[in-house]
Amino acid sequence: MNRPRRRPHWSRRIGHVLLVLAATAFLTIFLALPLAVVFVEAFRQGLRAYLSAIGQHEALMAIRLTLLVAAISVPLNVVFGVAAAWAMARFEFRGKALLGAFIDLPFSVSPVISGLVYVLLFGAQGWFGRWLELHDVKIIFAIPGLVLATIFITLPFVARELIPLMQSQGSDEEEAARVLGAGGWQMFFRVTLPNIRWALLYGVLLCNARAMGEFGAVSVVSGHIRGLTTTMPLEVEMLYNEYNYVGAFAVATLLALLALATLSIKALLEWRYGDEIAAHAPGGH
Amino acid sequence: MRRRILPGFGLSLGYALTYLGLIVLLPLVALAWKASGIGVGGMLHLLSSPRTLAALKLSFGGAILAAIINVCFGLLVAWVLVRYRFPGRRLFDALVDLPFALPTAVAGIALTALYAPNGWLGHWLKHYGIQIAYAPPGVILAMVFVGFPFVVRTLQPVLESLDRDVEEAAESLGASHAQTFFRVILPMLVPTLLTGFALALARAVGEYGSVIFIAGNIPMRSEIAPLLIVEKLEEFDYAGAAALGTVMLIASFALLILIAVLQRWSGRWAEQLQ
Amino acid sequence: MTLELSHLSRRFTDYPALDDVSLVIAPGEFLALLGPSGSGKTTLLRILAGLDYPDAGTVQLDGDDFLAAQAHKRKVGLVFQHYALFRHLTVAENVAFGLRVRSRKARPSRAQIAERVQQLLKRVQLDDHGHRYPSQLSGGQRQRVALARALAVEPDLLLLDEPFGALDAQVRVTLRRWLRELHEDLQLTTVFVTHDQEEALELADRIAVMNRGRIEQVGSPEVIYRQPATPFVCEFIGKVNKIPLTYANQRLSAGEWVLEGHPWNGRHANVVAYVRPEHLSLGGTDTQPGWTARLRHVYLAGSVAHLELYVPSIDQTLEADVAGEDVARLGLQSGAELRVAPRNAIVFTLSEQAGETSAEGRWVWQA
Repeated sequence: MNRPRRRPHWSRRIGHVLLVLAATAFLTIFLALPLAVVFVEAFRQGLRAYLSAIGQHEALMAIRLTLLVAAISVPLNVVFGVAAAWAMARFEFRGKALLGAFIDLPFSVSPVISGLVYVLLFGAQGWFGRWLELHDVKIIFAIPGLVLATIFITLPFVARELIPLMQSQGSDEEEAARVLGAGGWQMFFRVTLPNIRWALLYGVLLCNARAMGEFGAVSVVSGHIRGLTTTMPLEVEMLYNEYNYVGAFAVATLLALLALATLSIKALLEWRYGDEIAAHAPGGH
Repeated sequence: MRRRILPGFGLSLGYALTYLGLIVLLPLVALAWKASGIGVGGMLHLLSSPRTLAALKLSFGGAILAAIINVCFGLLVAWVLVRYRFPGRRLFDALVDLPFALPTAVAGIALTALYAPNGWLGHWLKHYGIQIAYAPPGVILAMVFVGFPFVVRTLQPVLESLDRDVEEAAESLGASHAQTFFRVILPMLVPTLLTGFALALARAVGEYGSVIFIAGNIPMRSEIAPLLIVEKLEEFDYAGAAALGTVMLIASFALLILIAVLQRWSGRWAEQLQ
Repeated sequence: MTLELSHLSRRFTDYPALDDVSLVIAPGEFLALLGPSGSGKTTLLRILAGLDYPDAGTVQLDGDDFLAAQAHKRKVGLVFQHYALFRHLTVAENVAFGLRVRSRKARPSRAQIAERVQQLLKRVQLDDHGHRYPSQLSGGQRQRVALARALAVEPDLLLLDEPFGALDAQVRVTLRRWLRELHEDLQLTTVFVTHDQEEALELADRIAVMNRGRIEQVGSPEVIYRQPATPFVCEFIGKVNKIPLTYANQRLSAGEWVLEGHPWNGRHANVVAYVRPEHLSLGGTDTQPGWTARLRHVYLAGSVAHLELYVPSIDQTLEADVAGEDVARLGLQSGAELRVAPRNAIVFTLSEQAGETSAEGRWVWQA
């Protein structure tokens, strides 16, 4: 790969330039332009309108709810991801491949179905609907439903990041810790966790971005109760459907900034700790 | 009973299985249960209604078309990003992941703002009689957007590991650049392209957020299957929603198995190439 | 502490890694487990470390069940083949690890730990490398850190898995000598695994030669080399000429070489003799049992000359080692015809069962 290449013929170099131009033009029009339009539309009526749109009570409540949902679901999926990765990468057991397939499952299910299944379970006509009603517990059209749907959608992120990395790292260091007298948790906190920290952060980053940006699944279970069960993406939808474009795009800019921050940190992690983050295929609905 | 060397097997596996069972399996069982409530006849009746058929046709047909488009543009972009050095390459490379990171609702309204008849690009396309938003092309456009990174990210590592010697050998045997590409490189990429195609397809079939804004959601014309599920839920037709959901779920499983087979095949293929 | 391994068996899915292995390890002994890859030596070591368990058999330490203790309770020091240093910890932190994870009661104070680490680093000649990370060290340095880390917990038993396997030749020789001295200093019971016979012969008090999950022979390097118990040990240790013998008229022979007075009666279809290159004499008289051979090549390697001799009567090429000065004295040149006579040989009768050859009888022949 690194051998010096001869200078290509001029006709070929023009071909290269044309290919590069075609690809970058496609990326610009197709990916960069939609990103740009979000910001332009949000500031169409000036900074003041933008700020007042973001300062709306409903918008603030949506921000709060989004943070809350992510703050519950991401840590839960981190614990799950670490446990699943430990079992998958360190032990041989029957049905391991099947477990791996089930971990990936939420990525291949339509988000609408991810929401639907909880409605069927906890909704008024659902399996537990009557019992929940009797005991005055609200899951669907309430925050627990939003959290459940978000957990479902983002369940694979951390596990998928950790499993290949831990498999490739092998268990030598953990075995060394055991022989040196470390107990189980000592081994975990002093050896395992430090070795997977960047991959874990990477997984948390992607998991969080998805948890905050999820739309389809939470839309099904939310009931769209303004100020109570609307997360930011749902707020965007509601404002948009009310023809409040500046409001919709203003909230959207926050989500777009989240996406940009996620991408930047992701690129930074890949660049700085590339070998401590497993090579991975993209995933997710 | 063999003793396990490292601690925590029971705890970690037990926790993972319980969590997975409660969060994923139990709800899916509820879905299948509810769907079975309408019986085979009900299922057939539901599936044969013109509106359902049209929605499924748009979801699957549009997703296939979008995946084909993604394979073409994905190959172009991956090739350029891997093979050529040009200013801003890193930035463009990072941009490829945007559809992963950008919440679908944001993507949906942004695409609509661009391609609506009065939008940035839409009003210009209108002059040529092309309508994208509020019509099937809009659905496909959104599907291309969300599926795009899959093809590029699947192709990139394979392109990077391709042995240049083979190309040089082909050229030294007198093949033209085009012949080298179509007869030597492309055949080696087929399994990877298929994997990327299947991944993009799986994503596009179930896509909801980015599509519903631009689709216009006209029944029989630009209404996708996931939206139909939502509408059935809003009409409290839980069994109908569950039945349609099950059909889509089975289709996703089939795709999942297909992807696994393809990935195994391309893995073996890659080994053979080395 | 005496470690007594009896009837250990361990099956992996497709092959037996250990097959009825028994061995006694004496206090203070330096024991080598020598064998080719897949012979079960690493499995045996991992069982001693508590990183694997036998399907059957026991290990007793001074009469107590050693297998009952889990890895972290065994007080063994293990040096992994690829060292398994904690990559996120500095050299000093690596060495201190085993002390820091002790329960509060058994844990030395910070100052004591620091002192002990410094002392160990000095012992492995890395006292100014304490703040570095494993990735900043050379292979030989990492090996020594791994050793210091294993010694820090003051183990009763030191286990080394291919300790020099990943190092280049020069570093190996230095480290070997150094490890021998360290053992003499500490008198710590040490078991090491190797596939390199030279390493085992040079370092160990005693060698256990392993093959296909079994111990073929245990003994001092001297015994292993001079009195190999099985064909495998003959072939695995040192260089050896393998000469098939024919049986006729109650006598064993190979070409003109006739071996009188073998202990077996009856016919033996499959008999081989093993003769070490240094046990072939040159230029003897016709009365000595031996062959006429043609010299093909002479490789002069310092004080020793390796000769390649073709023997037409058995259609085989033999290797012989003679003192370098003899080459000049005898005026040896390739193409020369000369007499070759074995001084001693080890003879096995072999039997084949289910595709596996095993030795039935063993006879030490001397001229």
